[in-house]
Amino acid sequence: MRLAVLAAAATLAAPAFASPDPADWPAVLAEARGQTVYWHAWGGSPEVNDYIAWVGREMAARHGVRVEHVKVADISETVSRVLAEKGAGRETGGAVDLMWINGENFAAMKRNDLLFGPWAEATPNWALVDVEGVPGVRFDFTVPTEGLESPWGKAQIVFFHDAARMPEPPRSMIALLATAEANPGRFAYPAPPDFTGTTFLKQALLELVEDAAPLFGPAEEADFAGTTAPLWAFLDALHPHLWRRGAAWPASGPQLRSMMADGEIDLAFSFNPNEAALAIATGLLPDTVRAYVFDGGSIGNVHFVAIPFNASAKAGAMATADFLLSPEAQARKADPAVWGDGPVIAVDALPPEDRALFDAIDFGVGALGPADLGPALPEPHPSWVRLLEAEWARRYGAGR
Amino acid sequence: MGAPLRGRPLSAPRAQAARLGWRPRPPRLLPWAPALTLGVLIGPVLAGLAGAAAPAFGWFPPLGGDTVTLAPFRALLAWPGFAASLRATLVSAALSTALSLALALLIVAAWGGTRGFRLIERALSPLLSTPHAAAAFGLAFLIAPSGWAARALSPWATGWTTAPDVLLIGDPWALSLAAGLVTKEVPFLLLMILAALPQADAARGALLARALGYGRVWGWLKVVLPRVYPQIRLPVYAVLAYSASTVDMAVILGPTAPPPLAVQITLWTRDPDLSMRFVAAAGAMLLLAVTLGLLGAWRLGELAAARLGRAWVEGGGRGRRADGALRAAAGAAAALTSGAVFAGLAGLAVWSVAGLWTFPDFWPRSFRLDAWARAAPGLGAAAGETALIGVVAVLVALALTLGCLEAEHRHQLGRPRRSLWLLYLPLVVPNVAFLTGLQTLALAAGLDGGRWAVAAAHVVFVTPYVFLSLADPWRAWDARAGLAAAALGAGPDRVLWAVRLPMLLRPVLTAAAVGFAVSVGQYLPTLLIGAGRVATLTTEAVTLASGGDRRLIGVYALTQAAAACVGFALALAIPAVAFRDRRGLRG
Repeated sequence: MRLAVLAAAATLAAPAFASPDPADWPAVLAEARGQTVYWHAWGGSPEVNDYIAWVGREMAARHGVRVEHVKVADISETVSRVLAEKGAGRETGGAVDLMWINGENFAAMKRNDLLFGPWAEATPNWALVDVEGVPGVRFDFTVPTEGLESPWGKAQIVFFHDAARMPEPPRSMIALLATAEANPGRFAYPAPPDFTGTTFLKQALLELVEDAAPLFGPAEEADFAGTTAPLWAFLDALHPHLWRRGAAWPASGPQLRSMMADGEIDLAFSFNPNEAALAIATGLLPDTVRAYVFDGGSIGNVHFVAIPFNASAKAGAMATADFLLSPEAQARKADPAVWGDGPVIAVDALPPEDRALFDAIDFGVGALGPADLGPALPEPHPSWVRLLEAEWARRYGAGR
Repeated sequence: MGAPLRGRPLSAPRAQAARLGWRPRPPRLLPWAPALTLGVLIGPVLAGLAGAAAPAFGWFPPLGGDTVTLAPFRALLAWPGFAASLRATLVSAALSTALSLALALLIVAAWGGTRGFRLIERALSPLLSTPHAAAAFGLAFLIAPSGWAARALSPWATGWTTAPDVLLIGDPWALSLAAGLVTKEVPFLLLMILAALPQADAARGALLARALGYGRVWGWLKVVLPRVYPQIRLPVYAVLAYSASTVDMAVILGPTAPPPLAVQITLWTRDPDLSMRFVAAAGAMLLLAVTLGLLGAWRLGELAAARLGRAWVEGGGRGRRADGALRAAAGAAAALTSGAVFAGLAGLAVWSVAGLWTFPDFWPRSFRLDAWARAAPGLGAAAGETALIGVVAVLVALALTLGCLEAEHRHQLGRPRRSLWLLYLPLVVPNVAFLTGLQTLALAAGLDGGRWAVAAAHVVFVTPYVFLSLADPWRAWDARAGLAAAALGAGPDRVLWAVRLPMLLRPVLTAAAVGFAVSVGQYLPTLLIGAGRVATLTTEAVTLASGGDRRLIGVYALTQAAAACVGFALALAIPAVAFRDRRGLRG
């Protein structure tokens, strides 16, 4: 695979691959100065947007790099863009310099030779990355990153409940079923292929299967029907007790939060451990809402930044990715008042003055600190997603 | 043609040349206007369609598709949600179009020319300016079990402290989607009918019918409608095609599992599994066929209605007894459809300044301005970009449209509708079917990534609406006025500038306002051609809406509506000021 990438890259414009070379970092910074980096990133969160704007200010001050946040509703729009550029033969001068990505989108771009690199493991701050503690920094949904994307942060599924209406929330999938039976219509999950909805399926699958090992290899090589049978039995039992009895579905993860404020549901979940705390602080949720994790742990994953094969400002993009890994940027991002996204660098190994940045973070009421999150379950191999979504559509998505 | 009658004094060299018997002959560009316009509109659509048709049949080399196959269509038909998705598309499109047309006609028939109708006319601009997504969002917040209506009655009347679990929004038959579409399409069709009325000699027709003893509604339907419908036929087709391919309303009000076809195609184009792009392309081709099928069925319905209608007219029933009930029904329809949008806008306005606002509170518990404060810096820039792109696109579209219509008039280009119906191709072909291909074309030509490229793309979508709004009033213009002017010595240009355009100023400005609103609302073309770098109010609104914060949704929806509303306000104000002493031209 790596050879294929190298070969593909080599057949493209050779200088685009040879330079910039992250091994010669001063040269990268010199080339980056004066560049404009068009960074495509989901723009649905004002907090994240503000953080990216801060990154832009810092990059301008430190390295003379202009960072333009291209806000997208879904990063797949950007994948389409890069794909269209490839289709039109635009091998250099692409519109996208840096993109926020992970999981299936990364797997698809890697498989279709749409990424530049390898570069990510040669940047100076890679040395800080917690390779031991967070295996996901090198295996994105089990797919080896091979230096084609640089880790940025980590997320984990957390549940949140309105303690005023549901004082004792379920702490496992089996308990969730019992809660739903006792409180019909008070829980919902987004319809797959929304990624929050698909993640719910994966979380349930990981908890319910007898042997999880096949989930971390290609689904085509496993007994899909046999492995997933407990999941479908669980969903068959759950759906009659869902919001609208499963006849209508929330369209996205953020919609769950609105539904909770609207009194439509009492239990929801999110991929941002601090979403509930942030929503309480900004008045989107009442302060009776509490976040928590399942006893057996919950799915966690790492999100990354990658550079498309034909990016115009590769040096600027690399410099930005490297800055994102700096203790200062990682600590600011971990602050629940800013964003609350988990660090991917080894905080304990940092020199004391850098570690102090993390120690100073106030996790306040409602926010989940690193100690509260419990074990992060790894994502299954991305090939399971397509099959899970197809089977879900066959069983529950055909209409009535 | 005597010199004193010419419009402008001749400049010295030209006057000298004229005395010498030589007249500069400007190059004859006008006859080429229709061909140019067709090229500008059809070229991108056909190129885009080719770009979508190829992957539908398995051809897309960047993803390894290098054989022609029917596999994408087989995968599409094998999709478990296919039947229910198609049903949702057909029901919502046909139902909403039929209902919108019936209501719009009834409203004009029952209330046209009355004082109450002034109120309806004044409400049109804000109704038309409200973006579809904002109208859908507002409606959802009104009628959802946890919505404003339920909050008004809870808990004191209903006893609800949490929202009841009732399926209203997103029903499998897409009835709530159809209702949402009706609230937006009734004002559009009303506008089109109003623009057509003066040329249909409606006022005198209705008067005559009433003098013969017909009821107000019956008389209008029997005498005026047969003359108005041919003029609004194309707008009706546009409504039908739009309803079949809408994404922004359907994601909020439509069914979810499975969603209508257009939404599912969008989901496939967003699927991380890039091989689903082939299925998406096949779906886009199918949606095109479904749209054409709907249009064909509608045409057959027109023929049947004409036959039945003739018998009904010849039957001679005066229908005076029906008037009271019909007028009440029309009034209720107007109040309900406009009230839904206005209440929805009010809901958005309250959301934009809301602090914590949970069920069953009718008002937020606190108010805060941080959504506006946070958005303010970006809003100005986005509003400026939106206005600039919109004005440029509308000016180009107006020039093309007027060029086409005037060329048709002067050069008697045969039966005009035969070739010019092609202008409506961008409206009939679903966006999802050709935009990706259009992006590839722009990329290959190196024409993307900037403001002007985006404006050029908007021209493709704006021009059909401008043409749609203007063509029928323009063609129905009483040519005797031109004849009189020519008899007084005016040349064709002078007739155009001094007689025809002033007489048709109102429809021209209305068409421009419609075009501007269309430009304001464009999301996919702006995103795809602008490489995401051109940030308009709509692109900002869509990306922020993906985070589900209703306060930001409220801020941007209101700003979008306000931007479009400026255009309509100008279209109303300019004729009123320009023709303050010419009652017949105020329309």
